Order: sequence, then structure tokens, then C-alpha cells
Amino acid sequence: MKRLLEGARVVDPANGVDGRFDVLIDGDRVARVVPEVSPAERSGAEVLELKPDWIVCPGFIDMHVHLREPGQEHKETIATGTAAAVAGGFTAVACMPNTDPVNDNSSVTKFIVERAVGAAARVYPIGAVTTRSAGEQLAEIADLRAAGCVALSDDGRPVANALILRRALEYARMFDMAVIDHCEDPALKGEGVAHEGFVASVLGLRGIPAAAEEVMVHRDICLAELTGARVHIAHLSTRGSLRAVRDARARGVRVTCEVTPHHFTLTDEWLNAPLSYDTNLKMNPPLREAADRDALVAGLADGTVDAIATDHAPHHYDEKHVEFDRAPFGIVGLETAVSLALDRLLHSGVISIARLVELLAVNPARILRVRGGSLEAGAPADITVLAPEVTTTVDPNRFRSRSRNTPFGGWTLKGAVAATIVGGRLAYVNEELAGFAAGQ
Amino acid sequence: MPLDTQAASSVQVVNGPALPAATRLRGKDLLGIAELTPAEIRLVLDTTEAMKEIGARPIKKVPALRGKTVINLFFEPSTRTRTSFEVAEKRLSADALNIAAGTSSVVKGETLADTALNLEAMSPDLMVVRHPSSGACHFLSRICRAGIINAGDGMHEHPTQALLDAFTIREHKKRIEGLKIAIVGDLLHSRVLRSNVLLWTKLGAEVWVSGPPTLIPPGIGRLGIRATTSVDEAVEGADVIMMLRIQLERMQGGYFPSLREYFTVFGMTPERVRRAKRDVIIMHPGPMNRGVEIASEVADGPYSVILEQVANGVAVRMAVLYLLAGGGEHEAAA
Repeated sequence: MKRLLEGARVVDPANGVDGRFDVLIDGDRVARVVPEVSPAERSGAEVLELKPDWIVCPGFIDMHVHLREPGQEHKETIATGTAAAVAGGFTAVACMPNTDPVNDNSSVTKFIVERAVGAAARVYPIGAVTTRSAGEQLAEIADLRAAGCVALSDDGRPVANALILRRALEYARMFDMAVIDHCEDPALKGEGVAHEGFVASVLGLRGIPAAAEEVMVHRDICLAELTGARVHIAHLSTRGSLRAVRDARARGVRVTCEVTPHHFTLTDEWLNAPLSYDTNLKMNPPLREAADRDALVAGLADGTVDAIATDHAPHHYDEKHVEFDRAPFGIVGLETAVSLALDRLLHSGVISIARLVELLAVNPARILRVRGGSLEAGAPADITVLAPEVTTTVDPNRFRSRSRNTPFGGWTLKGAVAATIVGGRLAYVNEELAGFAAGQ
Repeated sequence: MPLDTQAASSVQVVNGPALPAATRLRGKDLLGIAELTPAEIRLVLDTTEAMKEIGARPIKKVPALRGKTVINLFFEPSTRTRTSFEVAEKRLSADALNIAAGTSSVVKGETLADTALNLEAMSPDLMVVRHPSSGACHFLSRICRAGIINAGDGMHEHPTQALLDAFTIREHKKRIEGLKIAIVGDLLHSRVLRSNVLLWTKLGAEVWVSGPPTLIPPGIGRLGIRATTSVDEAVEGADVIMMLRIQLERMQGGYFPSLREYFTVFGMTPERVRRAKRDVIIMHPGPMNRGVEIASEVADGPYSVILEQVANGVAVRMAVLYLLAGGGEHEAAA
């Protein structure tokens, strides 16, 4: 079946495309992106007439998601998580291995891959670096890769032993796989629950210093330099970490990094007001100071930050409806990320739309070495359609995710997702937008 | 606001001195000093004067909270604070219930929210809560109709302690404004520190805090106070010195090398006290570690008001209970 997207602006920075184009999809592939298809091509296709201020771009890839399956299906499943992904404009997600059991062997990977057949979005499993993510013995990395893992991480239980990480990097380099590190020194983090600083001091919350992240970022950079392997810093949150990455890259170290929407939007001041001790503001790494947030925004603009990733961490209401100390870390992000990026980064003039597409599509595909991030002829027809001028109000009750743990409920944001196309299939259509006049 | 329904049946404190005209706090709760205005703090202190008089009578009981139910819900061990609240509740004729976490459903795995909502179903007017997690009282205030009085939440606040300390200081110094107050000890883990600093700065005192650098909360100077590792500098010319307890387990946490060294560098000795004003008062919220943060000569010395603090605790808690659950005038205080 052929499908034609017409009438909107196409932004495809990987191919230097930005302008009004027709996008012709043939089956599950992009057929052509041209100023105007021929009448014959048009007549044979289902035509989706898009609004002129909408933007068609390569499908967004969230490279840091917790789908919770297997083992924690009360929080999220592959089905609900991928439904949330396409509703949030993501055509693919990379899922972290801290499931139960941990995705540290090919049978778990195969289970995930199998469960993802027919899911709304593509699912790229990330395998564990070490067995049970215990930080002691390397996981069977070749086997994980053969089963479908695209990267390695012990997210949530970062590899504390530098020698083990060194070996993992050397080994992963053989496959050109990135090792994604949640940088955190366990002793410096201690029992901390919030960013160490004035706000935590006043609220009496145990602090997690910026240095808990930064010493590990520096360590990882040293090891990337030593091994020549690729390190990707997950949810980078401090200005010191950003400086370290910038300096390392300037001397050619193969290090990349991602930033979450909550870290480029919020600061620890939110813990104090308007809703003090809101457990939906408890995440790891914690919300940092304004100077850190501002540095991250600058890093998103100047190219130091490679990707926006959500660290989508669904938790059940009961788990978050407790004292701040007792609540688990993490918030959902799939269904708010794109609107936050459009509102906070694009409309505020921090970045261009082309840069936004790089952060959400081009670079994640490049880091994970997966197809995507491009609308060249023959590429998978994974497409995100944005309605950047549409204002939406976040309503967690309407999330597709099984969990609602977001601090952004009730926020009004400028910028919405109009539709998400995965493999040529219309995986999500925003029913609130009057659009798609024909062809549906 | 369940308290507003009491207007018609308001109870007067019989035979007591005239109470201040404004007799209400703005909220249903006392979560912390952070939420109080200076006028509200003065209202509590002025009301405490009246309550203290009741405690001096042969029959120490008034019917101000007759028919009101107060639940003391303590998730941490406490002798002083729990007893003080209970005495205060009984002197005001409230029906007081004590629940300690060790004997409640908490040991069966019940959540804090469920425990509170089950108690709430029995229609208490107030719940006095102590909990090891900072913010636990804020959490409860959002899910309970009953007023919540914070009796200490984690490392966050202990507002009735700060109010009784302020009352004690005011009795001796007749004012808070303009005093130099030094507070010394484990600042990082202390909810007493946080509540007192907030109160003293709101009422215009010059506040100095001192302790080992490992136990000074980062950024605390932004509260408008002076932080120093020199105890001598902090107590120089002070009108008030408050010592904070050093928990013995902090030594294992690597915050300082030994109790002996702690006492040498940060302990309150008679020599250090001599740097303060001649009429300095020495305070301690208890429980004390004699010979660790404070020398016995100081704790038991002529300037010590430590036992007065305990005595005033009852009156301050009567005032807070009365202002939240009782009272005659129902115009908002602020």
C-alpha cells in the first residue's frame, strides 16, 4: 500500500532537507521525498493532507526507557509502554535491562523481542553489562547482541568497579556497541534522595552531590580513552559532567551523552513549591540547580548534548503515594517529552527544529547503530508528525502508559504530536487535532 | 476546614488572663516555622503566656478543648515531646490517644497513608505526628482533613521545639530581635536547627551556626545566617547559646574522628561560655550527651535554662493545640 503525506514542512537534517515536500511511503519504506509527486503516484496512494504548519520528520527514538516487562507488569508492559511511546511521538524505544529477571542473557532478550512483535513502536533491547547487573561478571555480550540487543548498560545499578567496566568496554568495542552508563558513585550518593544544595538543606533531605555523578563521568571518559570504546553518558544532569564531556570530545574521546526533559525543564526549587515533597519530583539523578539546568540547555544548543532521552520510569501510584524517602526514583516521560522539547527548547529559541530532530532522531539512531533518523529513499517509514503551534494541557489520566507518575500534570505546553507512523503504519493519530482531512 | 464549624460553640479559657485578640493560625496545620508569619509566631508566644499561667495553678486543667480528639502518632521514639504534648492535651481537656509505630499496623506493613486515613475515619480534630521522613507531615496534611501538628519530621522541622525555645528566650531577654544567638553541634541532621534558624531570622535575631564542616548543611548561609567552624567566633558576645546533640553513630559515618576530639574542638566548655555576654543563657533541646557536646559544668551551671525549656514545652503545645482546634474568635489571624 502507498501512502502520501502532503502539505507539511519536511525536516530531515540527515539529508539536508527542510521545506515543503511530499513524502511518499511504499509499504513499510520511504519511497520518495520530492517537492511534488506525479499525479499517477498521487492517485495510487492514500493521501494524508497535513496542515501547512505541521512538521514531518524522521521518527523519534527514545534511547532510554524502562518498559518493566518482564517482571514488573504492574508498572508498565511492552504493549502499554510502546502505546505511550507512539502517543508521545516516538517510533522506537530502547529499553533498559533492569527488568526481573535482568536482561543479561539471550533468553530474556528473545522474550522481549517476541513480546514486541506487533507492539505499537519498535523496541530495541539494551543488554546488561554484567550478570544480574551485579557488577562482577561480564554478561554474554555476543549472545545478547545476536539476540537483538543494541547497546549495553547496568542502568540503575551502575558498574562501580572500574576494572569490570574497562573489560566491558574492551569487549563491547569488538561489536562497536555503546556502553551506556548511569554515572553515580555509590558511596558519594549514599542514602541521598535529592540534589545536595540549599533546597535539600532547608527541606532536610539527604543530598546527592553533583560530584557523585561527575567523578564517574570522568572515570568513564578515562576508560573510553584507554580502551577506544564508545561510552554514552545516560541522563547527564550537572554542569560539571557537561564540561567533562565537552572537553573529552574536543580531544577525540568517543563519548556521547543524553539529557532528559525533566532535567532541562525543572530544578530542585520545585521540591519546595508549589507542592513540597512531591514524590513525582524524585528521580535519579535528582533535579539539579538552576545553573545546571541552564548549562544543560546551553549544551543542547551547542551540540555537546547528543540526545534527548526520557528515562521513562513508570511506577505504580501506590509506590509513589508514600513518604518522600520511601518513594522509588523516577518519572514517566514518553508522553510529555516532545511537547516539553518544543515548548522549552524550540519556541523559546534555544534550538532550531533541525537540531531538535537531531537530538530526538538522528543522533539516537547513530549512537545505537540502528536504522532510523533519516527519510532517505528505502529507509523504514518511521515518521513523526509534529503540530508545533498547537497548545496542549498534560492530562495524566489520558496517558497510554500504565503509570501516571509525572510532575507535569496540568502543564500547558506549546507543541504537540499530530501523528506517529511506524513502518508505514499509522500508529498514532492525535484525535484532538482537526487534520487528516482525507484518506483516513 | 472542619475547624470553622466550631464558631458557635466556642469555648473560653475560663478564669485565665485575656487571650490575644487574634486567636487563629491561618492554616489547619502546623507543619513548620517556614509556613508561619512573624505575626503568627508572636501570636503563639503570646498565647503561651496565658497557658503557662494555667500550669501554675493547683488545678491545672481548663475545658478549652473539651470534646476534641487529638491523636499522638509517633513513628520515632520520643519521651520529652510525646509526654509534653500529652500533658498539654490533658490540661486543655482534649481526649488524647497515643499511638506508637511499634504497636500499630505499621509493623504489619501498612502504609503511612493508610494508617492516617484509618485514624482519620475516627474523626480526630488534630493529629500530632512525629516521623523519621522529612516531609511526612506535609504528605499527611494533603490527605487528611484533621489538622496535622508536626512533632518532628526527619531532618526537616520541629516547630513546637523552636516555639518553646523562642518563648524561653523571650522570658529571659524580653525580645528576640537584635539578639546574637549561636547554635552549635550537628547542624546537618538537626530539625531543631532548621526550625530555630527560621524562627530567629523571621523575628530579626543575628544567628550564628557552628559545627564540624562535615555537619554544616550545604548552602545554609543563604538563610541569612553566619556559618563558621569556629565555635569561639560563633559564641563571641552571644546572648543565647544553643547546643545540639551529637549522635554517637555520626562518628562511624566519618563526620569527625572521635568524641574526644569533638569535645575539644566543638564542645561547650566554661572557657568558651566566657566569650559570650555575661548574662548569656545556655540551651539544649535534649537529650544531652554530657562531655560530648556540652560540659556538665555548663549544662548544670547558672546560665543553663535547659529544664525551663522542658517546662515551657507544655505551655507552648497548649497554645498551638488551642490555636488550631479551639479558640473563641474565629476571624482569621492574618
